[in-house]
Amino acid sequence: MIGRIRVIAFNTFREAVRDRVLYNLVVFAVLMVCGALVLGRISLRIERLVLVNLGLTAIALFGIVIAIFLGIGLVSKEIERRTLYTVLAARPVRRWEFIVGKQLGLMATLVVNAGLMSVGFFAALLYLQHRFQAADGFLLVALYFIILEFVIITSLALMFSTFTSPLLSTIFTFSLFLIGTFAEDLRAFGALAGGFTRALTTGLAYLLPNFAVFNVVSEVAHSVPVPGRLILFNSLYALLYATAVTSAAVLIFDRRNLK
Amino acid sequence: MVAIETFKLAKSYQVGFWRQRRREALCPLTLAVEQGEVFGYLGPNGAGKTTTLKLLMGLIHPTSGSAAILGCPLTDPRMKAQIGFCPEQPYFYDHLSARELLVYLAALSGVPAADRQRRAEAVLRRVGIAEHAGLQLRKFSKGMLQRVGIAQAIIHEPKVIFLDEPMSGLDPIGRREVRDLIQTLKDEGKTIFFSTHILSDAETLCDRVAVLNHGQLRGIGVVADLVREVSGRVEVIWEGAAASDAIIGLAAEMHSSGAIFRAVLPEPMLERAVDSIRRSGCRLISLTPVRATLEDFFLQRLEREVETGSTVVSGEGAS
Amino acid sequence: MSSRTSAGVAGLLLVSCLSLSVLTLHQIEQAREHIILQEALYIPTPKIVKALSLGYTGLMADLYWTRVVQYFGGKHHQGAEEYKLLAPLLDITTTLDPHLLVAYEYGSIFLSQKPPEGAGDPAAAAALVQKGIRENPKAWRLWYCLGYIYFDELHDSKLASEAFLEGSKVPGALPWMKIMAAALAQHAGEAETARYLWTQIYNSSDNPDIRANAIKRLVALRVDAEVERLQAVVDRYQRETGGVPQRFLQLVQAGYLPGLPVDPAGNPYLLVDGRVQVARPAALPFITKGLPPGQKPSLIVTPKSGRS
Repeated sequence: MIGRIRVIAFNTFREAVRDRVLYNLVVFAVLMVCGALVLGRISLRIERLVLVNLGLTAIALFGIVIAIFLGIGLVSKEIERRTLYTVLAARPVRRWEFIVGKQLGLMATLVVNAGLMSVGFFAALLYLQHRFQAADGFLLVALYFIILEFVIITSLALMFSTFTSPLLSTIFTFSLFLIGTFAEDLRAFGALAGGFTRALTTGLAYLLPNFAVFNVVSEVAHSVPVPGRLILFNSLYALLYATAVTSAAVLIFDRRNLK
Repeated sequence: MVAIETFKLAKSYQVGFWRQRRREALCPLTLAVEQGEVFGYLGPNGAGKTTTLKLLMGLIHPTSGSAAILGCPLTDPRMKAQIGFCPEQPYFYDHLSARELLVYLAALSGVPAADRQRRAEAVLRRVGIAEHAGLQLRKFSKGMLQRVGIAQAIIHEPKVIFLDEPMSGLDPIGRREVRDLIQTLKDEGKTIFFSTHILSDAETLCDRVAVLNHGQLRGIGVVADLVREVSGRVEVIWEGAAASDAIIGLAAEMHSSGAIFRAVLPEPMLERAVDSIRRSGCRLISLTPVRATLEDFFLQRLEREVETGSTVVSGEGAS
Repeated sequence: MSSRTSAGVAGLLLVSCLSLSVLTLHQIEQAREHIILQEALYIPTPKIVKALSLGYTGLMADLYWTRVVQYFGGKHHQGAEEYKLLAPLLDITTTLDPHLLVAYEYGSIFLSQKPPEGAGDPAAAAALVQKGIRENPKAWRLWYCLGYIYFDELHDSKLASEAFLEGSKVPGALPWMKIMAAALAQHAGEAETARYLWTQIYNSSDNPDIRANAIKRLVALRVDAEVERLQAVVDRYQRETGGVPQRFLQLVQAGYLPGLPVDPAGNPYLLVDGRVQVARPAALPFITKGLPPGQKPSLIVTPKSGRS
């Protein structure tokens, strides 16, 4: 069982890499370099701020876009092209093993991608500051949180692609990402209304994925420490939510007729 | 032991905008295939052959009925490790090479790590694309992909092999190679279940066939028994126009090319035809019994049932 | 594992993990509380926010407005003394959507009220409303907001009156804008302006209550002028004779006044310790002079009571 999942995960990773997804790193690197060079002209006080904001936001956004586009292609493309037949039909692979393997493979791709981007980012930071400060440790926390976001997004993209077309999967996943980013504002909107609207928006704000909690970019840019409790709970939240979504994906995929 | 058996296995879809109509893709099907058999699954396009295969493979869920392979239910992973499947017009991961794909699929089937490479190479040789082992699959032609499809179906040495239109996309040489391969596999004691609409392949290879039309089983049995329904004919070829008038009345069909004439007659008419040729002084070139083919069976049986809505014809082995 | 059990496990995981995630989220929010409050450091400038909106400025404005409300409500709930982020947030909101009137109206209230009710920054509130007026010349209600701020928090009746007056000129402004302008002018001691406005109001309105009110105002203005004039005479008597007069009769006998002065209500004016006073303040609402010591002038009279 573990062996098969590992094989599927590795194959997913390999497909993604060979699909030249890592080319996005080139764009990112260019962005970092230009950013660092341009910032070198401004006063020392805010250039670190801008670089951190720019770098972390870029890592997050690039990663999320990749997560969505790779994730939706994972299952729906395989169903569309019927590559799934040879993997599932006459092999002792259970459908849930397939889903879990895909999830893990995609996560590995994103972690590697984010890792390489982080190297570039820290290099730019080093160029700017000429050394590392203690406060830079917090940047790692921000990066960790970004990776937690990836975990949830890939599980969502995967789940949608088990039952809808690639286009719809993209739209749904991206919509959930937007809503989740503004989850707290959603709750505030609802709080201004009353009664049923408020109950509905509060319920949605809790059930839909909340991505706002993972965004500590502003804080770490200002060297504000992130409390340990938050790190713990965020990790827990990402794990729980992604597991819930992946379970849903397994349930849907199990019942699905593969035309 | 029975390799494959189905019991009233059926699949219907709800179609229409409000999903109010039912389309019967497969009417309740009951059949059994013995181990070591080469079983042909025939029928025109849209008859339900691929649906049956997908049901057996667990890709779609039956509306009713059940089936078992090697005595195990369709979802049993241990059974799955012992079967192989080559889908129609297979498609694979773009960026893997043929070798990598086979190693990957072999791993999923439980082939030990040490053997995977070796077996991949061996099976690639067997299907005749060893020289393209390192090429990325997106660069493969349709015929090459078909061969890869067969390769991945047999790499883990399954006991039962399912092939959906294995000859499609292959040139005559390729088709001959696949036929030989199926024969070899049969000699190795494997059970082969393949669907096709090329009847001549089924005739030469299969121990038994089943014929499907519009989702219903129309006939099942040994080929010889099935075609016995259609009476024997003889093909006569002679030179000389003089005999042609006499024979025209006897013959089912007659063609000519220059001075050479060819006619197909029912067997009882043979003697009179030969007499006519000799008496008119024409030269008899050849006499060949025309074996009734499955095609005749198809055309006669299936056409007739379209007209009269007639019932199932069964030969040996039907239940 | 058969497909039945795997489906069962998946279903169980789905429900349990989802529920637990909701609980965890709740915990997270509490852990994030004090991070959110430290945001004071990094509110971006309105220009940057506008640029980042990629054109969806209306939506972003709405978003920021809800954040204003949320921020204010949260702080208010805690009884905070400082509302540092309020002005910047409002600035961003109104830059993103200059026509979001509610932001100016309520925002100015949040800003001007004294802590812990509000940020206690009426100057900033006035600036905000003035921005709103610039962007929305037709919004006469904003002049009302401005006038209110000037009067209530900045205690500048003159400016308040001018604000109401400007607002009353906007087409569509309700009549009471003029009333407020007049009332405030009177309160500020701008008698001429007030008299002019009240006359205007009397002439332009059909409403009997408004007319009656305007009359009362004009009467009060007359009384104020009379009291002032009389007081000047009393002071002159004091200077010239060296004694504090006890009764107006003395002034009449001394030739300073032609006769005993009577207020429009028909009551004679009183002289108490050298100070001119009306006999019955209740009969003369809206007067600001000649009131007994300690009694404050009323600006608005509640109907039917006549009391200030």
